[in-house]
Amino acid sequence: MTRPTMLPEAATGKMPDAAGRFGQYGGRYVPETLTRALDQLTDEYQRAVQDPSFGAALDELFRDFVGRPSPLYHARRLSQQCGGAQIWFKREDVNHTGAHKINNTLGQALLTMRMGKQRVIAETGAGQHGVATATACAHFGLPCVVYMGEEDVRRQAPNVFSMRLLGAEVRPVTSGSRTLRDAINEAMRDWMASVETTHYILGSVVGPHPFPRIVRDFQSVIGREARQQCLDRLQRLPDTIVACVGGGSNAAGMFFPFIEDREVELVGVEAGGRSDRPGDHAASLSFGSPGVLHGSFSYVMQDEDGQTSDVHSLSAGLDYPGVGPEHSYWKDTGRVRYVPCRDDAVLDAFDQVARSEGILPALETAHALAKAMEIAAGRPKDQMILVCLSGRGDKDAAEIARLRSAAK
Amino acid sequence: MPFVTAGDPDLDFTAAVLQELQSRGCHLCELGIPYSDPIADGPVIQASYTRALDRKTRLADILQMTSRTAPTLSMPVVSMVSYTIIYRRGLAQYVAAAKAAGIAGAIVPDLPVAEASQLAEICRREDFSLIQLVAPTTPRERAVRIAESSTGFLYYVSVAGITGERTELPPDLVDNVAWLRTRTQLPICIGFGISQPEHVKRLAPVADGLIVGSAIVRRIAEAGCRPRDQVLAEIGAYATELLNALQT
Ligand SMILES: Cc1ncc(COP(=O)(O)O)c(C=O)c1O
Repeated sequence: MTRPTMLPEAATGKMPDAAGRFGQYGGRYVPETLTRALDQLTDEYQRAVQDPSFGAALDELFRDFVGRPSPLYHARRLSQQCGGAQIWFKREDVNHTGAHKINNTLGQALLTMRMGKQRVIAETGAGQHGVATATACAHFGLPCVVYMGEEDVRRQAPNVFSMRLLGAEVRPVTSGSRTLRDAINEAMRDWMASVETTHYILGSVVGPHPFPRIVRDFQSVIGREARQQCLDRLQRLPDTIVACVGGGSNAAGMFFPFIEDREVELVGVEAGGRSDRPGDHAASLSFGSPGVLHGSFSYVMQDEDGQTSDVHSLSAGLDYPGVGPEHSYWKDTGRVRYVPCRDDAVLDAFDQVARSEGILPALETAHALAKAMEIAAGRPKDQMILVCLSGRGDKDAAEIARLRSAAK
Repeated sequence: MPFVTAGDPDLDFTAAVLQELQSRGCHLCELGIPYSDPIADGPVIQASYTRALDRKTRLADILQMTSRTAPTLSMPVVSMVSYTIIYRRGLAQYVAAAKAAGIAGAIVPDLPVAEASQLAEICRREDFSLIQLVAPTTPRERAVRIAESSTGFLYYVSVAGITGERTELPPDLVDNVAWLRTRTQLPICIGFGISQPEHVKRLAPVADGLIVGSAIVRRIAEAGCRPRDQVLAEIGAYATELLNALQT
């Protein structure tokens, strides 16, 4: 019997430990009411990993429903324009629903069914995770409620329509900053009351144990495929890999299979926003400090009292004051370098990639692209830089037009 | 046992409410330290936290208020505080500062026992209560373990869900608390959803204390737009109504 390909040895490996710790980060800081559901999820995931039929079901969905493996693409014109290293894209934007998020929602939807839960809730920022959750739920016939900050409902309107068309109920969240952070709060509150019958499909490598681990494992199909594709086609590994970091799921999925490849440089790009001043960016790893948010101990943007700070990013998917605990661990150990990227550079990168490659990237992804282009420019032509093209930018077209006309 | 958000609408009024509740014969008061992202709280308490934070209520100001007010009270005051805030201040520093300010303990709603050992150790050393919570979703063996590690009292969360007034409480609540009663010496206090004299009458026989939050916070919210003495008197009258129900 062959091992299911989606769950590698490493996914059952030593990080995180049984308490959900990546070094000192992670853990489970949630109300007692949720403890049993999190234990249940941990146990069910453990069983699923050992059950070949689970891996086989997910593999089939990945192939026939998502369209995996996603292509490895050489961005020749972009590389030429940058005048340095060769830039390659791992094309998560061509997945069904247009982003990496579907890898995680299908996995968690399967777990939902295994646990016998009959309802799904989710939060969303950019709407990509919401659409991916609504899609997985439609596929399995599960009712689905998506919490979304009011500000994000406005700036990611196309995804709100899609979710509703897929049969999900979108509940706008009007508390706090009306963005991703508040959407997670509201989803957690729903879960407090519905935990016996409902699974919360969390959309990034954040939140209480076991979410950071489960989401990372489901997303690590990205890095596993990319690694094999590089070896098959180029007989080598990339010199540098770049991914954007909101909560950090596409980055974790891309980086994880390369963590032991010490010679591969890993770069995570956070939302640098308008400036380095507090409130003008959403770069928790670059400017934050360790603390607790949404159930895990990790870098977070907060004031001296521990109140969560307001953050800013022009991209809804990165507009979040926290980050996954494993990234905090990778930062402290130096395995991954995290850098911020400003809004204006993001918009420039978006334009350049659109026109030179015929690909509209998501604004989140454009953060990684901007950094990758900058890095490529300073490197020799025989080097290879791999970017996780986490999602497509159709959802952002109207918002970009609005930002442009406002800037005039 | 009332719950009051510190700094809503301002700390002077919080101090006045504490005094009023004490004069009505309340046995203990929970002081909510406002937090920006309270996952266990419903709209009423969330809104009170937001009002307090909008007025830039800082932890240091709250502790100053309690150090002035607590010595005038005979009922103990315990803080209801997110672990985020305790961690930020420093575990030992928080306990020392709160204790110096006349606070007797902490209820930390987002710190399950598995994560609590470090704080529990400090609290034990400082003779500062660390009140643990049991939820309706807690399996029975686990509830017993939680009771063993709790100090001061045990907080029994009446409903799976967030804070907020409810008309109906779970039918098995009384039985569940009565069962736990046979397994622990610790006082058991029930909270979440309690707001009516009928609730008090039903739960009083099995509980050592009943915690009333949103119903009081909702009344305090009126102090933003109505004469304060009037609001204060109404809060007092409400406390008396519930305390009377306790006697019957
Ligand atoms: C295309 C795309 N990339 C990246 C992100 C950021 O999330 P994460 O850091 O979890 O990958 C999002 C989030 O909505 C997204 O839609």
